[in-house]
Amino acid sequence: MEFFHQPNIDWMGKAKYFVSLSLLLLLIGLAAGIYRHGLTYDVDFKGGTLVDIRFAETPNTDLIRKDLASQGLGRSEIVPIHDIAHPDSNEVEINLSEQTQDEQAALDQGKTQIINALRQSFGTGEAGKQDFNAASAGDLTDYLVRRDPLGLGAAAGNRYTEIGTQLAAFRDKNRDGIVTNLDDLKNSGAPSQVVASVHDGFYAGGFAIRNVQIVGPKVGADLRRQAVFVTLYALAGMLVYIAIRFEWIYGAAAVIAVFHDVLITLGLFALLKFPISLTVIAALLTLVGYSMNDTIVIFDRVRENNRLMRREPFPEIVNRSINQTFSRTILTSGLTFLTVLVLFLMGGPALRSFSFALVIGIVVGTYSSFGIAAPMVVAWNHWRGTGSKVASRTGPQPVTKPGAAKRSPA
Amino acid sequence: MNSNLKWKALFIAGVIVLCVYGLIGLPDFPTSWTTVKQNFGQRIKLGLDLQGGTHLILQVQVHEAVRQETDQVADQLSKLLRDKNVPFSEVTRNTDTQIKIAGVSPDQITTLRNVVSDSFGTWDLVPSPGEANSYLLNMRPSTVADVQDRTMSQSEDTIRRRIDQLGLTEPFVAPYGRGENEVIVELPGEGDPVRAKSVIQAGGQLEIRLVQDPNPYPSEVAAMGAHNGVLPPNTEILPGTASTAPGTPAGGGYYVVDRVPIVTGRDLRSADSTRNAEKPPYYQVNFNLSTDAGRRFGPFTEQNINRPMAIILDHRVFSVATIESRIDDSGRIEGTFTQDEANDLALVLRAGALPASIKYLEENTVGPSLGADSIHHGMQASVLSLIVVLIFMVVYYRQAGINAVIALLLNLVILLAGLTYFGATLTLPGIAGVILTIGMGVDSNVLIFERIREELRAGKAAVTAVDLGFKRAFVTIIDTHVTTIVSAFFLFLFGTGPVKGFAVSLTIGLLANLFTSVYVSRVIFDWHLAKLPRQAELSI
Repeated sequence: MEFFHQPNIDWMGKAKYFVSLSLLLLLIGLAAGIYRHGLTYDVDFKGGTLVDIRFAETPNTDLIRKDLASQGLGRSEIVPIHDIAHPDSNEVEINLSEQTQDEQAALDQGKTQIINALRQSFGTGEAGKQDFNAASAGDLTDYLVRRDPLGLGAAAGNRYTEIGTQLAAFRDKNRDGIVTNLDDLKNSGAPSQVVASVHDGFYAGGFAIRNVQIVGPKVGADLRRQAVFVTLYALAGMLVYIAIRFEWIYGAAAVIAVFHDVLITLGLFALLKFPISLTVIAALLTLVGYSMNDTIVIFDRVRENNRLMRREPFPEIVNRSINQTFSRTILTSGLTFLTVLVLFLMGGPALRSFSFALVIGIVVGTYSSFGIAAPMVVAWNHWRGTGSKVASRTGPQPVTKPGAAKRSPA
Repeated sequence: MNSNLKWKALFIAGVIVLCVYGLIGLPDFPTSWTTVKQNFGQRIKLGLDLQGGTHLILQVQVHEAVRQETDQVADQLSKLLRDKNVPFSEVTRNTDTQIKIAGVSPDQITTLRNVVSDSFGTWDLVPSPGEANSYLLNMRPSTVADVQDRTMSQSEDTIRRRIDQLGLTEPFVAPYGRGENEVIVELPGEGDPVRAKSVIQAGGQLEIRLVQDPNPYPSEVAAMGAHNGVLPPNTEILPGTASTAPGTPAGGGYYVVDRVPIVTGRDLRSADSTRNAEKPPYYQVNFNLSTDAGRRFGPFTEQNINRPMAIILDHRVFSVATIESRIDDSGRIEGTFTQDEANDLALVLRAGALPASIKYLEENTVGPSLGADSIHHGMQASVLSLIVVLIFMVVYYRQAGINAVIALLLNLVILLAGLTYFGATLTLPGIAGVILTIGMGVDSNVLIFERIREELRAGKAAVTAVDLGFKRAFVTIIDTHVTTIVSAFFLFLFGTGPVKGFAVSLTIGLLANLFTSVYVSRVIFDWHLAKLPRQAELSI
């Protein structure tokens, strides 16, 4: 089975369309960036407090805002989380920007305030009882050891550790972290005396904390600065490697193509307001590597064909190379694209920004190899001297002086 | 050729066995399915974002230790100058690393220099610019660096000791590489780090000193006033805490206490907490002194019967009790402690005091339900993408596709085994790295197969086509893998936990891919070719 039977497209002839498309995309990205006042940063780059809370029932955002306002946090951002794979997760993300944090206050002051605020409407418990949905396996074990509902005496330790872990796992794995009614614990497989005992000491709170991220402002700024440097270092490293394996113009062309990929991806992030986090930087660096890959495959073939097809004009050689590798390019990009698409759809909200960067990046990265990098090398070659070819350092140097062609007998 | 092939096949089989063993064979040799699952669970180390837990980044305020050092030197210098009868108007700390000495007449300068070079060799004495008879004593930069390093490692050790006593599974404490005196603490499974954070941050400095006046004063001014503005020699004023022990005046107050403690936290041999029998339901902390300290404490208490003695925690007077009789080597701290508070204080005393205070810079807590969710999502995505790729390869490349499938599966096995053998942590981005390896791994195969198809189209025989395909594609495969590994390398250097996990997964995956898509794939092809008659067609 074969999709592409030896395509024969004049890629370099269409180069101007490719470049125009790229410029258009870059402009869109730039406009989006300006319109949105820059990129949206995630907590680790921006600093601040992000608390991800799951409620027992679909929460009323206004009620949440009222509670937060009573603690002076009325201006925080409340975002319901929509997980494509899990529609009624009743999850809300509360975001306190760093302006509400002052240097002297404890780092987790925001988080404590949020929890106190929410307890007013969602978690008022019964006096003397602990919130079951906020208890760890250790807390449950400690309680059971003290109460000893099974009458095991001094040797109770291991058994209660087991039961405590079992109850916590039931809540976290089977009930997604929140138990709405303690009677539900009967389904956990724990002995009934234990469940009864838990009733005495715990109540089912109205919310559970899924995730907390608190980043001090200094750490956030540091990370932003470093992210830029790391990307630049990685690009420099690759430039050196390619300049060694090919000629420096190939390296420059590849780096510019990759730069273009990153800028377009960031532009789309700005447009769609996806937040940039450390994992997104990881995705960007991966797509840098991937786009390089793709460009190298074409350059490799160009180098090989250069040796074999000395008499042909350079743009023809490049066209032939792209056509020859076209099948491989589409297949690999297609398959890798499918895998990251699966990741985007099914990987959960934590990986959404990350997989989005890769989804865009793979498409753009593939395109930039024949749309930007190759035309650049051809243009450079043309500009440097009509007729002489750009050769690779590791091959024999074919030389066709312009004069020689003209001097052929008329 | 055939025996060569056999050796190669055996080598590959050996690698497979080694990997499988690494995944499910340790620590207990598997005799049942449950043991297999247990082993696998233990061997794969999960990151905090998959198992739930807290990650803290804190900064040690080393400048406090430097400042303390300077204070001590200023103190000692004043004493020495007084002993040598050198008059001066002031010896005070100017900045964290500088002491100002004023009012020393020029004829005393030699004595001053001698004192400094004798006792403070690592400090530099220079005249203070623009002021007569004044000098500046500066701590040398190398000494400053020394103090900072010592403080950092001592803090790290103390924090580690404290956390070890909290009873968590596999906590992790290490310096955090950004070069600004930062330490990272990872507490797997800890969903509510409030207690852990206060235990880590507690100063923990215990001192026992004699109290000068029996009653506290309502303010510092009042305390000074009662002594006519001049405190008795070697005493200082310390504030009390809001929650002083029952029996002492509530609301704190200020005490005039001796400067020099008779016993400090370093003299403790042990500390634990028990119920306070006389004042239920409160708890108390009991401590025992080392023999040396006991030898000091016994006579001290004997000589000071009926005088008040203060227990001071982190420079605040916590409780005051009258010495009723000689105490040799034990004592207790009473207060309105709950069981948890008494436990934590005993823990902190056992682990030792922090040389400088701690500031929290970053806190991430992943709840266990989110961790379980993430694993679930990650697994789902991995399996689905693997199936998609495998089906495609078989449909598009037929028998060769099956070769690719075998190579890809082996790639994953080696990747997982590699993670366990290196003790690397699997994080959620790490699972994404595995999925990427699937995608990029297939690239190598596609490169080779497309090349083989090309050669076949050009009319070459099966064996030659395979040979050329692998040879020509090899160079490109190396190039593409190197560039991605360069990216991953920088990510590893720069990233925190989850991102590091991604970089490691990707790198190991790509290296494994080099092995499987070139070597293993080739062996499988050769084996097929060996079975085919000479001019047969290759299924690709």
